[in-house]
Amino acid sequence: MSACSTDVEPAVVAVKEAGAGLGMALWATFQRDLVGVARRPADALTPLVFFAMVITLFPLGISPEPERLAWIAPGVLWVAALLSALLSLDGLFRADYEDGTLEQLLLAPHPLSLLVVAKVLVHWLTTGLPLALMAPLLGVLLALPQGSYLALSVTLAVGSGCISLIGAIGAGLTVGLARGGMLLSLLVLPLFMPVLIFGTGAMGAALSGGEWLPHLAVIGAMLALALASAPLAIAASLRISVHG
Amino acid sequence: MWAFFHKLGSPRWFYGIAARLAPWCWGLALALIVVGSVWGLAFAPSDYQQGNSFRIIYVHVPAAFLAQSIFIALAASGFVFMVWKVKIADMAAAMMAPLGAAMTAIALLSGSVWGKPTWGTWWQWDARLTSMLILLFLYVGVMLIRRAFPRPLSGSKAASVLAMVGVINIPIIKYSVEWWNTLHQPASFTLTERPAMPTEMWLPLLIMVLGFYAFFAAFTLTRTRTEILRREGSKRWVKELFKEDA
Repeated sequence: MSACSTDVEPAVVAVKEAGAGLGMALWATFQRDLVGVARRPADALTPLVFFAMVITLFPLGISPEPERLAWIAPGVLWVAALLSALLSLDGLFRADYEDGTLEQLLLAPHPLSLLVVAKVLVHWLTTGLPLALMAPLLGVLLALPQGSYLALSVTLAVGSGCISLIGAIGAGLTVGLARGGMLLSLLVLPLFMPVLIFGTGAMGAALSGGEWLPHLAVIGAMLALALASAPLAIAASLRISVHG
Repeated sequence: MWAFFHKLGSPRWFYGIAARLAPWCWGLALALIVVGSVWGLAFAPSDYQQGNSFRIIYVHVPAAFLAQSIFIALAASGFVFMVWKVKIADMAAAMMAPLGAAMTAIALLSGSVWGKPTWGTWWQWDARLTSMLILLFLYVGVMLIRRAFPRPLSGSKAASVLAMVGVINIPIIKYSVEWWNTLHQPASFTLTERPAMPTEMWLPLLIMVLGFYAFFAAFTLTRTRTEILRREGSKRWVKELFKEDA
């Protein structure tokens, strides 16, 4: 990666190239966002540190006894993951909105609803997936019983995909607003609740020795539905924020 | 047929037709609600288990009906506004949202007032109560996003998108909450399975439900007329309208 080019250029150049196909535009958007995250690793790390800190608050606030912690651990891990997703969602489109990249994406000769999928995918790869990988570690700190770590990681990984997609609708709507972050959380938290219910449901099933895969299947179905419909809403919300 | 819809979309035409319809709706609402509440509160037999406290359903059930219907109406208006750019649809949606939120709040409050003597508690994390509470949050979100934008048109579009997203999620939320509840606390209380009501109990309820819908129609027509005047105040037809009156 070259050191001195601005962030905007690669995607725009790629899109403007004569005959540049949709696949190329998607790849360019994906690559550009990924490079953007790699150049500012602090932005991607903040939600993870926040996640760890929220988890730390619970033993302090409730009780350090392992039995009690084990009882609340699945819910606490999931709720903390949702809150940390809110933190990163607020910045999902903000930099692009401020430097005009979003306008370029709107002008691009490709469907905005597909280009945003590339952006959301990067968001998931840099926030949801690391969080899912990190969660078992914090599960150990919360004395989460054996046998539920795989369920925790896999459901968080799939569930955070839903959260990135649904949350991006709210992020698109609030990107141009002065205190959008506050509003964002009010808009999208009610929409996250089904994912939370089935995520903790899977944990409960895994802990009691039951089958957790059916729960994962429901979260997967939600992801499929979100993947099919959310991009349209994300594109509409970005158009509203940019054009009014 | 299409001409009718086309006309209906024009604020000027709607202003006129709403003026003619609204008094009928108000009259119907008043008549039905007076008849329904007097019948329900004074003459319907009291429940053999719950005594007189069951009478709160004559407010609770119609409010809960409206709370859900209005959200669907919001999403439908949002769709019409986004696809066909019909301004009236958005004006009506802006006026309906606070009423829907109020009905959700009334359903929750009357439910908890009823729950205290019947269940012995103000609040239960019952599936219906929980999904109603989430519905209230959705209403609040739709109302807040409309006011958040400096340009009213952006706020209208944002509220429309959010209402449509919300309406897709309502069934998902409803079923997941029901599923969650049955997992966590099996068969505590059920609101739904009461013994079949005798006719003298459910007939006033039906009248109340119809009365609430008539009230919703009347309220929306009247408030949308006001909103038309507020938004179209600079148009010539509005100025002429008031010149004639003066």
